Amino acid sequence: MTKPRVAIFDFACCEGCQLQIVNLEEEILDLIGTVDVVEWREAMSEQSHDYDIAIIEGSITRLEDEKRIEIIRSRAKILIALGACATIGGVNKLKNNFSITDVKSCVYGKHADMPHLDTYYTKAIDEIVPVDFKVHGCPINGREFAAIVRALLLGKKPFVPDYPVCVECKALENVCRWEYNEPCLGPIIRAGCEAKCPSAGYRCFGCRGYVDHPNVDAAREVIDKYGLSLDDLRTRMVLFGSKQGPTL
Amino acid sequence: MSKNIDINVHHITRVEGHGNITVNVKDGKIEKCEWQVPEAPRFFEAMVRGRRWDDIQTIVSRICGICSISHSFSAIKAVEDALGLEITEQADKIRLLLHYSEQLQSHVLHVGYLVAPDLFGEKSVVPLVPKAPDAVKTIIKAHRVANQWSELIAGRITHPITIIPGGLSRIPTEQQFRDLQNQLKAIVPDLVTICKVVLSVADRLPNFIRETEYVSLAKKGTYAFYHGDITSSDGHTKPVREWESVANEYVHPQSTAKWCKWHRESYATGALARYNNNYRFISPLGKTVADMFGLKPGVCGPFLNNVAQLAEAAHVVEVSIQMIDELLTKGLKNEKVVVKPKAGRGYGAVEAPRGILFHAYEFNKNGECTWGNMCIPTNQNHANIQKDFEKMVPEFMHMGQDGLRQTMEMLVRSYDPCISCSTHFLNVEFV
Repeated sequence: MTKPRVAIFDFACCEGCQLQIVNLEEEILDLIGTVDVVEWREAMSEQSHDYDIAIIEGSITRLEDEKRIEIIRSRAKILIALGACATIGGVNKLKNNFSITDVKSCVYGKHADMPHLDTYYTKAIDEIVPVDFKVHGCPINGREFAAIVRALLLGKKPFVPDYPVCVECKALENVCRWEYNEPCLGPIIRAGCEAKCPSAGYRCFGCRGYVDHPNVDAAREVIDKYGLSLDDLRTRMVLFGSKQGPTL
Repeated sequence: MSKNIDINVHHITRVEGHGNITVNVKDGKIEKCEWQVPEAPRFFEAMVRGRRWDDIQTIVSRICGICSISHSFSAIKAVEDALGLEITEQADKIRLLLHYSEQLQSHVLHVGYLVAPDLFGEKSVVPLVPKAPDAVKTIIKAHRVANQWSELIAGRITHPITIIPGGLSRIPTEQQFRDLQNQLKAIVPDLVTICKVVLSVADRLPNFIRETEYVSLAKKGTYAFYHGDITSSDGHTKPVREWESVANEYVHPQSTAKWCKWHRESYATGALARYNNNYRFISPLGKTVADMFGLKPGVCGPFLNNVAQLAEAAHVVEVSIQMIDELLTKGLKNEKVVVKPKAGRGYGAVEAPRGILFHAYEFNKNGECTWGNMCIPTNQNHANIQKDFEKMVPEFMHMGQDGLRQTMEMLVRSYDPCISCSTHFLNVEFV
């Protein structure tokens, strides 16, 4: 059996999700042995136009990048969106709270109109081209990534949790962040992160995006119980993937 | 000697972010020699506006995946300055320990995964696995220990969770600190092994010297990463609150990229700048590593930045082993952080692995951010890279097109650039 050819590409992002692949440490040697990595700019000098699986990190923020992702899609059999910037737009979508003229003049001042600084509203990858699989999170969970790649190599459908962060958080026996009066987004956000933020004493801010079937009633109950407003919760939801559409 | 050279490196590999190198030499005359950055700008200064004081770190940590801990610290220091918050001695010490973990992680990643392939004549670390399996495994091990160290204190390897304005949201237990200390003691011989491997191929580092101004933090009695004032090898000092008049960002008339300069045409920041300004306070093991390579204070070779990184890797591990003893002797306390937002502007600076990193924010009385500014080390090094290019091309032209291109790529890599970080300011010209 020939090894699948894999290429990794990055768009507007911090490249921290690629780093989680490197952070698999010793395990990455096994993973690299099962595929043929043909392009990965951050780690190697080789480049290729011939690949089966394209792994995409980052959001699309420019017209030229939209064209680039379309070309990559046309070459790849399978396209994987890696991390929050690619899956839901990530923090880059905070930009969409303002007008493009405003963000450009805020950062570049009198140089804002230079053509090469052209930018547009941040888009997740699936707003441009079809995405076959999403690896959620900011950053991704390296173990989840390895499991998804393994499933693909075996021809199986990768497992992506369809339950909220609260499920994992409760299993870890954490005290609920709501007990500290912190508007935690755990009830409405997709699990798979191993509830890292609440476990470290911090509320969930939603980097993995909304779970398909959020526990809206439980969330509403907890909000009412602690006398916090829905508006407060909504403002907390814009950090990652702003304007995803309301679920509450 | 080659009379004509045409180098167009589009998206240089094995660096964080996207950069281009363009050189045109016609009949022995240099017509163009440029370092360019086409990374997609991300507009963080605009995006933080309207967000709350306690959300700033979560947002700006995402400027960079490799130095997210440094971004978090620089931001949190600026927020604490704006809100008038003091942190406890314990929180300060644990933060410093966390900051050291990132220095080790980033330096091992840079020297081991990104630079070493050049020294061994390979295109990536992958072919080195069968060629030098033990060396690669030792590098991976040191990288893993550094990451586990970050994860223990920050709650996650990348994009730290526990760093909050006023202190830390959660600290490790005494037993966890003891286990960490044992792990750190155990990797000391591994770090020495890595240094020896690099030393065996160190003659492949190009011999290139260009005098420049070196800028870093400095604080008497310490090899500064987290505390101190801004200092220059030219003998100037400024408080962190005045960082905007150190960076002096400006638009370059040729390339349109915003660069930085202080007292000269350009300055350098990073491990070598820190070493040149702080070498008196490096730990004994750090000094041993510097001596192995003959690294002397005041050296001006950009490629020696990689050697300084190795000395710092040894330093942070040795110092941390001792700091854990100090922490545990005093006994760990569970400290509760209570913050009341107020209006104000604040400035922060720390040393990211690749150089000095500045943040600044202003908040209204509700604690909502009204203004933000950040200046990233790679941004500060861009002008210096350009100046190096201008001296390097005539000196290394005799190597021919491929040799010169390879040397220029290695030069860019030696700075450990973090281009994604720097691009929310960069004005770029596409080729």
